[in-house]
Amino acid sequence: MATPIHLSRRTLLSLAGLGAGAVALGGCGDSGSDSAGIEWWHIQNTDPMLPVWAAFAEEFQAQNEGVGITITPLENEAFKARLTTVTQAGDPPDIYHTWGGGVLRQQVEAGLCQDITDAVAPWRDILQPASTLPYEIDGRLYGVPFDIGMVGFWYNKALFADAGITAPPQTWAEYLEVVGRLKSAGITPIALAGGEKWPGHYYWAYLAMRIGGIEALSQAAEDDNFTTPAFIGAGERLAELVALEPFQEGFLGASYGQPDGQAAAMGNGDAAMELMGQWAPAVQEEASGVEGGLGTDLGFFPFPAVDGGQGSASDAFGGGGGFAIGRDASPDAIRFLEFISQVDKQRRAVATGAFLPVTIGAEDAIEDPNLAAVAETLANASNFQLYLDQAYAPAVGQEVNDRVAELIAGQMTPEQVAEAVTVVAQR
Amino acid sequence: MDRNLRRRRISDRITIGLFMLPALVLFGVLVVVPILVAAYTSLFRWNGFGGLPTDFIGLDNFVRLLDDPVFIGDLRRGALLVVLSVTVQLPLALGLALLLNQKLRGRAVYRVLFFAPYVLSEVITAVLFDMVFSQNRGLANHVLRLVGLEGLSSTWLSDPSTVLYSVFLVMTWKYFGFHMILLLAGRQNIPRELHEAAATDGAGGWQIFRHVTLPLLAPTIRISMFLAVIGSIQLFDLVWVLTGGGPLNASETMAVTMFQYGFRRFEVGYASAISIAMFLISLTFAVLYQRFILRRDLEGAMTTMGDQR
Repeated sequence: MATPIHLSRRTLLSLAGLGAGAVALGGCGDSGSDSAGIEWWHIQNTDPMLPVWAAFAEEFQAQNEGVGITITPLENEAFKARLTTVTQAGDPPDIYHTWGGGVLRQQVEAGLCQDITDAVAPWRDILQPASTLPYEIDGRLYGVPFDIGMVGFWYNKALFADAGITAPPQTWAEYLEVVGRLKSAGITPIALAGGEKWPGHYYWAYLAMRIGGIEALSQAAEDDNFTTPAFIGAGERLAELVALEPFQEGFLGASYGQPDGQAAAMGNGDAAMELMGQWAPAVQEEASGVEGGLGTDLGFFPFPAVDGGQGSASDAFGGGGGFAIGRDASPDAIRFLEFISQVDKQRRAVATGAFLPVTIGAEDAIEDPNLAAVAETLANASNFQLYLDQAYAPAVGQEVNDRVAELIAGQMTPEQVAEAVTVVAQR
Repeated sequence: MDRNLRRRRISDRITIGLFMLPALVLFGVLVVVPILVAAYTSLFRWNGFGGLPTDFIGLDNFVRLLDDPVFIGDLRRGALLVVLSVTVQLPLALGLALLLNQKLRGRAVYRVLFFAPYVLSEVITAVLFDMVFSQNRGLANHVLRLVGLEGLSSTWLSDPSTVLYSVFLVMTWKYFGFHMILLLAGRQNIPRELHEAAATDGAGGWQIFRHVTLPLLAPTIRISMFLAVIGSIQLFDLVWVLTGGGPLNASETMAVTMFQYGFRRFEVGYASAISIAMFLISLTFAVLYQRFILRRDLEGAMTTMGDQR
């Protein structure tokens, strides 16, 4: 394997998609120090970020005599399983990975993590304001981000040119036209990891955002009602796309990061585009085994607007990684988060190519032009929506993924999807 | 009764008790307590976070189970796997066992080869077959192309209509060797004289099989069947790694559904209800099977041992 570049839980989830059972065994502790000062669980368990985090811990300890940091790097699924176990025992780690949103809310309600609003207030302004939103619950802050990114269309410029498409589509109607042109040119328009479901939910979520605006999404969560025009309309627009049969053969069972999956199809030039987060180029290269991936043929465009929709085409959908502070942690743990949030640390993380920074001023360390494009789009974003399967309670998020997958398979209508999600939300 | 004898019996009991204590404690802590905890949490709406569950909902989780299309589907798919195991996998194992009982060049090598998949873990098996069934680079489609049967090549694991059969194929590959070895051992326990006597009486190959081999092999077949059924009901690793239960739940088993609810949706109460349902189904089957089908074997085993040795 080449060097895997892991940017998010999704990347980890899919690249390590060989099964939770196998990797759970590998998730053993890697102690950075003898003294049991701060217990730190993160999920950057591979290069390039694993050594970077370790170095930060070393440096912090060197500056703070007597503070020991014990690091436990875990694979994504193993992390979730193990965190569930320790939180059930009421004993969360001092610093642990979080994606914010619905899961963090459940942890907050169970009293497992600290309200760090006041502790972070003195230095919070070094962070991009949007980046902290997923970690705010009822106006209080429960986590500090270290990475942020967004989902958009990655496309193969050469294949677009072959189909005679000169510019990326601006609206959904244009998008459908692009898909049609690619199909008539004999090119698979879209690669989709239908087997993993979460990539499919991006379409539904983005369409709902474009149709109803970001408020429609938060309102739905508040009212536990997804049978609104935004979500049903999203299902209808998505059904239009599905009717064009735009996905690669066997997409229903396809994985994301494995050699036969979505990212590999893009990296090999077998499909013209994919809707994916900022980690996509790295995974394309990794999964296809093509050195450098698509290189300069790879382009990025934001999700198109929907005619008559209330959402702005500059509203961004995505997420990032952050750290929460366990309920029994000492103030040193928060000081450590401050330490790793400094612009020089973020630059070092960004330099690995695996990171989009949350600290203002670290953006210029981004070298890859595509990642720079994502960062720019994100910086100009009018609104930011967390992935639905993170933003909502986990049961609701999974229901979204499962039902949208059935919509994409042609087994459910837009109304049925909206109703099923509503039933779970009201449970 | 002799006082010494009585004292010895008591001290025997104490000894037995002491020797059993560690096992009983382990069994209690690792088996009984978790079952009780799962039974308890199955009565709550609970996301698994922090402390004990508080939102008591009685048997609602179980009522919900009966109305859950995925769970009902699990039962249907489980039943199909059981039927396939018994009608395809076991006859295959039996055939090979009888074949490898013949004088055959390289017999020992075949036995090892056929048994080898059983030694692999389910996870490794699944990773292996993930590659075999891979659409573009997979061995399965490649071989079909090579022998000119391209029409039969398939998207195996990506098509809801073929995925469960593909999973069953992998199950069979992994487990037929185990059943074959069981049956082979059972076959070798049949005294040669019986076959010789039957042959002397003029019985043909089929008649000998039908009236001598099969009846005497029946106890082994029944044990084999029992293991195949219980294995099918509890199937998890293989499916989880190979397909994750997809596409669209088409290969999902009860254990996969339980994991999905427990660790993906954080509906630990509901997941507990699924685990209890699984436990009850397995237990009911095991008790009924032992009561009605294995009983004669258990009794019979004692007498045959008495007769033969």
